[in-house]
Amino acid sequence: MATVTAPAPGRRRRTPLARREARWAYLFLAPWIIGFLIFYAGPMVASLWLSFTEYDVINPPEYNGLDNYRELMSDPAVARSLGNTVYYTALHVPLVMLISLGLALLLKRVGRLQGFFRTVFYLPVMTPAVAVGILFLLLLNTQDGLINRALGLVGIDGPSWTTDPHWVMPGIILMSLWSLGSTVIIYLAALQNVPRDLYEAASIDGAGPWARFRAVTLPMISGALFFTLIVNTIASLQMFTEVYTMYFGNRETQNTFNSDAASFYVIHLFQEAFQFLHMGFASAMAWLLFAIILVITLAQVKLSNRFVYYEGEDQ
Amino acid sequence: MTTAVERSAAAPVSGIEPARAAARRPPAEEARRPLWHRVLFIAALVGAAVIFMLPFVWLVSASLRPREYVFAPGFLPTPFSPENYAEAWQAVPLLTWFGNSVVVGVAAAAAVTLSSAWVAFGFAYFRFPGRNVLFGLVLATMMLPFAVTMIPTYLIWSKLGLTDTQVPLWAGNLFGSAFYIFLLRQFLLALPREYFEAARMDGASYPQLFWKLAFPLIRPALLVAFVFEFKASWTDLLKPLIYLRNEQLYTLPRGLKVVLDRFGYGGEQQWEIVLAGSVLATVPMIILFFLAQRHFVEGIATTGRKG
Repeated sequence: MATVTAPAPGRRRRTPLARREARWAYLFLAPWIIGFLIFYAGPMVASLWLSFTEYDVINPPEYNGLDNYRELMSDPAVARSLGNTVYYTALHVPLVMLISLGLALLLKRVGRLQGFFRTVFYLPVMTPAVAVGILFLLLLNTQDGLINRALGLVGIDGPSWTTDPHWVMPGIILMSLWSLGSTVIIYLAALQNVPRDLYEAASIDGAGPWARFRAVTLPMISGALFFTLIVNTIASLQMFTEVYTMYFGNRETQNTFNSDAASFYVIHLFQEAFQFLHMGFASAMAWLLFAIILVITLAQVKLSNRFVYYEGEDQ
Repeated sequence: MTTAVERSAAAPVSGIEPARAAARRPPAEEARRPLWHRVLFIAALVGAAVIFMLPFVWLVSASLRPREYVFAPGFLPTPFSPENYAEAWQAVPLLTWFGNSVVVGVAAAAAVTLSSAWVAFGFAYFRFPGRNVLFGLVLATMMLPFAVTMIPTYLIWSKLGLTDTQVPLWAGNLFGSAFYIFLLRQFLLALPREYFEAARMDGASYPQLFWKLAFPLIRPALLVAFVFEFKASWTDLLKPLIYLRNEQLYTLPRGLKVVLDRFGYGGEQQWEIVLAGSVLATVPMIILFFLAQRHFVEGIATTGRKG
């Protein structure tokens, strides 16, 4: 952790002054504490309780024990959305990391124009997710989309990205790769922080480019790799806006296109809550998601302890 | 909702510090590489850049073509049809949505920046019992998926009679937000404590320390917080989807979704209107990036935040 603690004010005993200071401290913290109680602690308790009830907003919540969780385990729609989400995450995260690392390694070698190219890779991140969804809906169009046109140039008959259930998810993953710019910037910053003398020392020891990459670069940026692994995993498990824009929220599109194939967990949760008013069931879904995220993150942290090198830890 | 994701995304990681120009490879070293190596490098770089830019080029160009040419091959806006924008303007209240997005974005960004700075000062300056536990709690809130608190938060705003107003889109930001508290605290801790001790000797109160001393000194970090939150608010679809019914209150992303549903798929396939709307929603973000580029890059590089 890169956190630094404030220097000690120089007095150890609780003097009246220290007590006055503490009062002021809590005054400064007050907005956050109030916000925490109203928007985190309270809602968490309420949501946990709601997950054991049937609640449609109009009638008061009715306790139904573990019914929601039992239904959760047997509902094929939930299973499908969870399956899709995991499939997406399993492909999206490694691809983003790999491509971003490649781009960052390229960027690292650029001299004066580095800022320009960095901007090029980052601008898609600035694009509103709804606009990204719309744009790719058209780029992925079977007959006239830019992507299938490009594939046609090299003699490939492009698939029906937006209508064929088997190709909907690959299309979404393709779209998601366009917005990987922040990962590139994180890697670039990490690469530029690798001390140059390490490379020089490795070269003197006779290490070639690949050996230098394996022995110097990878360990030195493992912190950044690990961080982006966790962050991108958590984010992709909660994918919502782009896919919702493309395939949901409109009865006609939902009927015309196979929205089952594009069903993501948070989209399904949102629909259960705000379209079907199954607030209790949706709350149970939310807690299952939280549990999944916690388990995956903890597993990744455990794994990282073996692979991540933190500067200053070894002596 | 992107913001929740992004908030949960921030955490300190060793090895991620601001990019330092000094660490760049000197050009002489580049020149020592074999020619084919350099050609390959330039081809890969330029090729990747073109792939990333083509969707933008197509978007802008197609938005300037007549309806029947939207899917025409090529990247030039021919035939040229800037009327699409006027048409979109007439078909939906784009200007109203644009204004709403600006108002909500500024309110959300200003609220979160001010409150987070205030709280961050509390964590950075004072020593008090329970500080580390509380700060841990601040960081822990970033792990919580938005979905867990989404329903009860909706019920709160609904009980207050504030659904179908824009208040829920920004008012939660008045209480500070973990990511920005963390970011601003880092900057505050880097300030020499003697500044504050000296001001205390001169009789400055704690709010004065914050407002007159700390606040101006961390202005670059405040700008980072402001632009990040403005972008998060500008691009958010989930909250407007939950809270807004009245079309006049829509923000641009919410409006854009309506435009897609009404004029795109399932509608009359008036893609030129959908595209013009998409360009209008995107351009301000591009401009914002160029105005505040340094702050975006710094923000991501120092904290590892996913933009």
